[in-house]
Amino acid sequence: MATNSLATTVRGFFLVELVRGFAMTLRYMFRPRATINYPFEKGPISPRFRGEHALRRYANGEERCIACKLCEAVCPAQAITIEAEPREDGSRRTTRYDIDMTKCIYCGLCQEACPVDAIVEGPNFEFAVETREELYYDKAKLLANGDRWEAALAHNLAADAPYR
Amino acid sequence: MAEISDLFWAIPTGLRLTIEIVFTVLVLLGCFAYVTYAERKVLGAIQLRQGPITVGPFGLLQPIADGLKLLSKETIIPAGANRVLFVLAPMVMLTLALISWAVIPFSANAVFANINVGVLYLFAVSSLGVYGVIMAGWSSNSKYSFLGAMRSAAQMVSYEVSMGLVIVTQLLIVGSLNLTEIVEHRSPVWLWILQLPMLVIFFISALAETNRAPFDLPEGESELVGGFNTEYSSMTFALFFIAEYLNMILMSAITAVLFLGGYLPPFGLMIAPLTWIPGILWFALKVAFLLFVFIWVRGTVPRYRYDQLMRLGWKIFLPFSLIWVLVIAGTLMATGMLPVRS
Repeated sequence: MATNSLATTVRGFFLVELVRGFAMTLRYMFRPRATINYPFEKGPISPRFRGEHALRRYANGEERCIACKLCEAVCPAQAITIEAEPREDGSRRTTRYDIDMTKCIYCGLCQEACPVDAIVEGPNFEFAVETREELYYDKAKLLANGDRWEAALAHNLAADAPYR
Repeated sequence: MAEISDLFWAIPTGLRLTIEIVFTVLVLLGCFAYVTYAERKVLGAIQLRQGPITVGPFGLLQPIADGLKLLSKETIIPAGANRVLFVLAPMVMLTLALISWAVIPFSANAVFANINVGVLYLFAVSSLGVYGVIMAGWSSNSKYSFLGAMRSAAQMVSYEVSMGLVIVTQLLIVGSLNLTEIVEHRSPVWLWILQLPMLVIFFISALAETNRAPFDLPEGESELVGGFNTEYSSMTFALFFIAEYLNMILMSAITAVLFLGGYLPPFGLMIAPLTWIPGILWFALKVAFLLFVFIWVRGTVPRYRYDQLMRLGWKIFLPFSLIWVLVIAGTLMATGMLPVRS
């Protein structure tokens, strides 16, 4: 015990711990920066990333959604509103597909529920707008998103398929 | 070249001094601006961040942007404040931070006032700094400012005591209060090693004296309202800010002059390639190094608690430096190196 306290005193007198701390910060000073220069540089995103919603189409241009309303039913925030009736050719399609993005909690249950991979959450997270109204997405907006992000969406679905 | 310097010396003394002083003040303000930049860069590097990078190349114009921002803001004077003292306090702080530079020898002949009590002058001026703090805290008429001022003042006064004793040891060795003579004095290596703990104590006291981390309790930006300058805004705040950083530079300069041989090459190495470099450059390099240590300390050490601060000042530094004064005085007596003035 006596030697212990002596050693502690000597260490304290010669500021050993301080010097060690200073050596550490000096080492860190020359390490590469961890900062990502955000608007110009972006971090990697998982294929499972749940960002802005999109409604996808088949390759022939036909929309995938069959108005089964599973997404509307499963949505815990009740952000989805769907109205549907048969089209002229007799197929069942939505006449209205709205997502209130201010209610959405980005849980991804809608895309889990969808039997035809129509509603998906894409990799886009930069869709900030200046008014609330712009966040009430309608079917046209969602389909436009799907057209815009189709390449990334298809790639992400394929990448994640083995784990589903 | 000779003609230009002749022309310069032909200017009347008063005007020449004014030009020199204005030039020095401008250089110091430039130093202040880039010390804030260096601080943000170094702290950033230590924390694996980048620091300012957006304004100008490598963010080099950041200090100018900050200055313009502060200038364009409104100066708010609280309704209950004593207006005269409230406005006077930051001016006092800045003036005190600037006038100390009169006695600092930048190089062998470049010193404004080569007076024979330079050290005493420096101490008188840095003690007056407490008045600026007290004035600011009291005239704000706010409890936060006042408490901050009390803490600041108590801290500055406490550490000045051990700082004074540290300087006494140096004066015992040199036998003069003139800063140029202190710089020019050559002491043997063993005496230099004997002085090393005093250098450490002096530097740590300088941290406390300038209210810098780990003794930045008066500000304590992460836990307090803001210390004695709580109620200040815009340029009045900027003056405090400039004063704090100028004091930092000044303390580095004093440390360099007292302990690191000022404008002479480091470690007293008066050998060929080192002596070619002009003295003012050595001085600048030493000050820059000490300023880096100031920032390095801020990036490394967590803030002290107030009672720990007082304990360090009164129960460790004061007795230790007292004993060390005796040790150094005794050693000087025993070796017959005590300077005798006739």
